[in-house]
Amino acid sequence: MVPGIVAFTGKFFPHSFTLLRNVADIMDFFEPDYFIELLFSGLTKGAIYALIALGYTMVYGIIGLINFAHGEIYMIGAFTALIVSTVLSIYGFPLLAIFILAAVAAVVWASAYGYTIERLAYRPLRNAPRLSPLISAIGMSIFLQNYVLLAQTSDFQPFPALVPDFAFMEPVAHIVGSTDLVILVVSVIVMILLTVMIKFTRTGKAMRATAQDKKMALLVGINVDNVISITFITGSALAAIGGLLIASHVGQINFYIGFIAGIKAFTAAVLGGIGSIPGAVLGSFILGLTESFATGYVSSDYEDVFAFSLLVLILIFRPAGLLGKSTIEKV
Amino acid sequence: MLEVRNLDTYYGNIQALHDISLHVEEGEIITLIGANGAGKSTTLMSISGIVPPRKGEILFQGDPIHELPPNHIVSLGICQVPEGRHIFPDLTVAENLDMGAFLRNDKKQIARDLDYLYDLFPILRKRRHQPGGNLSGGEQQMLAISRALMAHPKLLLLDEPSMGLAPLVTRQIFDIIKKINQEQNTTIFLVEQNANLALKVADRGYVLENGHITLHDRADALLANKDVQKAYLGM
Amino acid sequence: MLPLKDIRNGLMVAGWFVFLTFPLMVIKVNPVEKTIVWRWPNMLYVAAGSFIAYLYVKLAQKNKKAAILVACWTAYLALPLIRYFMYQDISILIWDTTTSIYAAVGAFHMILTLCLFHKHHILRKILSGIWLLFIGTPVVMLLAQAAGKILLPKIPAALHFLTPFIITIEHIQFWNWIRILWVALACYLLYSSLQTYLASKRNIMPDHLTNEPKIRWSQYLYKRPVYLPLLTFCSTFFLLFPHLFSTYQVNIMISALMYVVLGLGLNIVVGVAGLLDLGYVAFYAVGAYSYALLNMHFDLGFWVVLPIGGILGAFFGILLGIPVLRLRGDYLAIVTLGFGEIIRLVLENWNDFSQGPSGISNIDRPPLPGVDLSLEGSIVYMYYLTIVMVIFTIFVVNRLQDSRIGRAWFALREDEIACQAMGIDKMKTKLTAFALGATWAGMVGVLFAAKTTFVNPASFTFLESAIILCIVVLGGMGSIVGVIISALVLILMPEYLRAFSDYRMLVFGAVLVIMMVFKPRGLISSVRRTYTINDETL
Repeated sequence: MVPGIVAFTGKFFPHSFTLLRNVADIMDFFEPDYFIELLFSGLTKGAIYALIALGYTMVYGIIGLINFAHGEIYMIGAFTALIVSTVLSIYGFPLLAIFILAAVAAVVWASAYGYTIERLAYRPLRNAPRLSPLISAIGMSIFLQNYVLLAQTSDFQPFPALVPDFAFMEPVAHIVGSTDLVILVVSVIVMILLTVMIKFTRTGKAMRATAQDKKMALLVGINVDNVISITFITGSALAAIGGLLIASHVGQINFYIGFIAGIKAFTAAVLGGIGSIPGAVLGSFILGLTESFATGYVSSDYEDVFAFSLLVLILIFRPAGLLGKSTIEKV
Repeated sequence: MLEVRNLDTYYGNIQALHDISLHVEEGEIITLIGANGAGKSTTLMSISGIVPPRKGEILFQGDPIHELPPNHIVSLGICQVPEGRHIFPDLTVAENLDMGAFLRNDKKQIARDLDYLYDLFPILRKRRHQPGGNLSGGEQQMLAISRALMAHPKLLLLDEPSMGLAPLVTRQIFDIIKKINQEQNTTIFLVEQNANLALKVADRGYVLENGHITLHDRADALLANKDVQKAYLGM
Repeated sequence: MLPLKDIRNGLMVAGWFVFLTFPLMVIKVNPVEKTIVWRWPNMLYVAAGSFIAYLYVKLAQKNKKAAILVACWTAYLALPLIRYFMYQDISILIWDTTTSIYAAVGAFHMILTLCLFHKHHILRKILSGIWLLFIGTPVVMLLAQAAGKILLPKIPAALHFLTPFIITIEHIQFWNWIRILWVALACYLLYSSLQTYLASKRNIMPDHLTNEPKIRWSQYLYKRPVYLPLLTFCSTFFLLFPHLFSTYQVNIMISALMYVVLGLGLNIVVGVAGLLDLGYVAFYAVGAYSYALLNMHFDLGFWVVLPIGGILGAFFGILLGIPVLRLRGDYLAIVTLGFGEIIRLVLENWNDFSQGPSGISNIDRPPLPGVDLSLEGSIVYMYYLTIVMVIFTIFVVNRLQDSRIGRAWFALREDEIACQAMGIDKMKTKLTAFALGATWAGMVGVLFAAKTTFVNPASFTFLESAIILCIVVLGGMGSIVGVIISALVLILMPEYLRAFSDYRMLVFGAVLVIMMVFKPRGLISSVRRTYTINDETL
């Protein structure tokens, strides 16, 4: 037994805790360029997570469902953009037109999918036990993944770079890419638009009212079914924009990208306090930055582990997320 | 104005209302009294379309409404203040009132109605920027009634406005109910457990027991009725 | 027969789906070579499929029985054709997949007709069905034989399945007895169609208007005359299973039975105690890896590690449970999901510890003392081990549910605050549920490692957790029989759908959605032990 134990312990202790790779790396850490690069990649990641997380949090806020198929919507948005942009580029459209048309197509079709999924898989389950829509969502997610797999391909597809390298970005191009900039700008604009919509429009008010008290919303004359549909459509549109942006950033997509992005975005939404819209944005940026810095300074193998550990840590100290309301049950 | 004919309502397989028939005339205050679980709130929910009846019909100004969705029913002018008030907790008082006028588009008239309600309940004006969830029970009840009035209803359904309120506040609320009825000529359908108070403001009353209507009379006659006195007035 | 409105709406639905699936189904691009393939026929399939599906749902809403019959007929007629197009062969003289699907369709139909009829109708229906089988079968057989003898050489090969009983291969005639079942089923379906048609003529009142209380078919399972023979049949079937079927089938059945145990374990956590756990597979992984590692490094045997795996599972359950169990509802769900992913990622990346994505192979199978088992023998042995495990689990879970702590779990699921007011220690009770659930996952993990002799992190993805959760919810949350049935259905279905390998996960996803939409409370709702007072005299 004793030699066994020695072999056992000797086997993985000498190597496994070399978290800081070597001394030269440590010097690199404090270079401002590296730091800024990580900062921007974290912000970019956070922006994408936020676009997806908003859909999760809005749907959760309004019907209390973890919409597992939401990541798939994002994937479908990316695929639609891929198809449309390839077709258009074969027909020789200019880059800007391709970018805009691909974005429009992604938004339109992703919204259509979001709406259809809600009608088919969730609306019939409005009054069912709490876990039934969850299973329905998981089923929908499996279905959509395999649908895209069969209708398109299981291989990674190269995604065309829809964002040109801007000339004015030249001096900082080695740190911050043009795509990062576009992602940040577009997502900030989209988030501002969403905030305005939620805060000031009639639909936004109806959404908030429905989220807070569905029965009363019915009684003041809100068509709750429509409001829920609009929520799904809005969330899907945001996810599609996220899908388009990340696909042109990463440069390749396959049918499985929705799953891990969905899980991460959901983590971000929970981190910020699920149901809260500013919470989702905050949580996403925190998650993006944590991942970026942790992979940059510690180890790239454990990117997802950091994300989930952060979630567990934060929830231990703030059980309702960062901006979530502490749910003290009134008796 | 409102006519309910032979209504049967179920929750799943459990029948909550058996063959309910009643009618409300324009300008009246009518009250439905009964014990816990008699089906009072269910009656209102059936009228509002939240729990549609399985059998029977509901006519509003001569037209059937029992198959319409709730938002359609509200747009016809039937508004409900549900039991337990159901204030939107994170919306401010002003926004809550605004939600009441969700289906209206006449901005000027809405502003005038808002002023009227703020005069009726000065406390709401003072608190208009606070979240609805922070109000006290009595204030919430006032807000709930005001919110329903913002829809400018022809028929106001009130479900237990006295629930959980101090007697003094209850009296205040009932005074205002009476005032609304007289000043705005709003028809009121009041559901109450506090039979004594309800019958004093109402013109007519119905008694509901285990999903059946067992008595129907003028309010003063019901107040004098021996059975009602024994069962609901504690005399 | 069909209202014009439905057809119009159906066309609109078809149009919508054509639009919806247009980019993904019709266009296929190759971004590298810059080529486009337009697949217009797909558009037609989508349109036709969604149109028919819409009309079918409409039919189902109006007339449930007719819809079920249509489904049965479709399955009945379509399966041989599908089979023909897949294998280009119709006459295989074994108890094969198609025939078992026929049997399943028949059984499904019978169960459904059972549950749709009121109590006194059932016996009559069964009796008349059997009677018809007796009369119908020989007649059809004679006809078919004659047809076979005369027509077989003349009809094209594609239609040979219409002459079911005799197969002539090079002038030697084989009798395909199993097809009798097929004919019997046809008779039964025909008879049911006739009955439904007549009933619709007589215009029978809808169920909810009759005053008789509707009897759920799951309640029959708890009646003694039903469950005793059923239990006898099932236990004989499962005991004899390895001797009746091939090693391949036994292997599939072992994994299905493992999922039964996993489902029952998770049922304690989700169904009984109401804690949504999306990372259950982590404990399964803990068990599997503890056997793999302990076996590799220390040569520990199966029987030693089995309890260790359980204990380690429980340990990890408590480790996770202490910080997170005060979270509520969906927060708990996401943290457990995160935990499951952490375990998997660590196993994948910590190469020195777990050999990374390539996994650990050559794990010992469980030894039978004194006997040197062949590969087949050890699979059969494994099968019986799993059966013992299942029985043990059912026993323990059943006892637990009716125990003090079981009642505390049920109560906690319903109302936490009331429970605390009653003096139930919330934390301790939840932790017990969590740890017990994890114990089972750990033990099945050991079993899994011993069965496959190989573990790698890819076996412990979120999908696995999701499937186990589906088993619990589909089974009806808290009902033991339900969990067993749904585990067998959900695990065996993709296995038998392997013939349609590309489509099996697609079908699996769709089945989950459809099952939830039409039976949101699961297959069999759990029945709490109740004491009924005979109220006939009242």
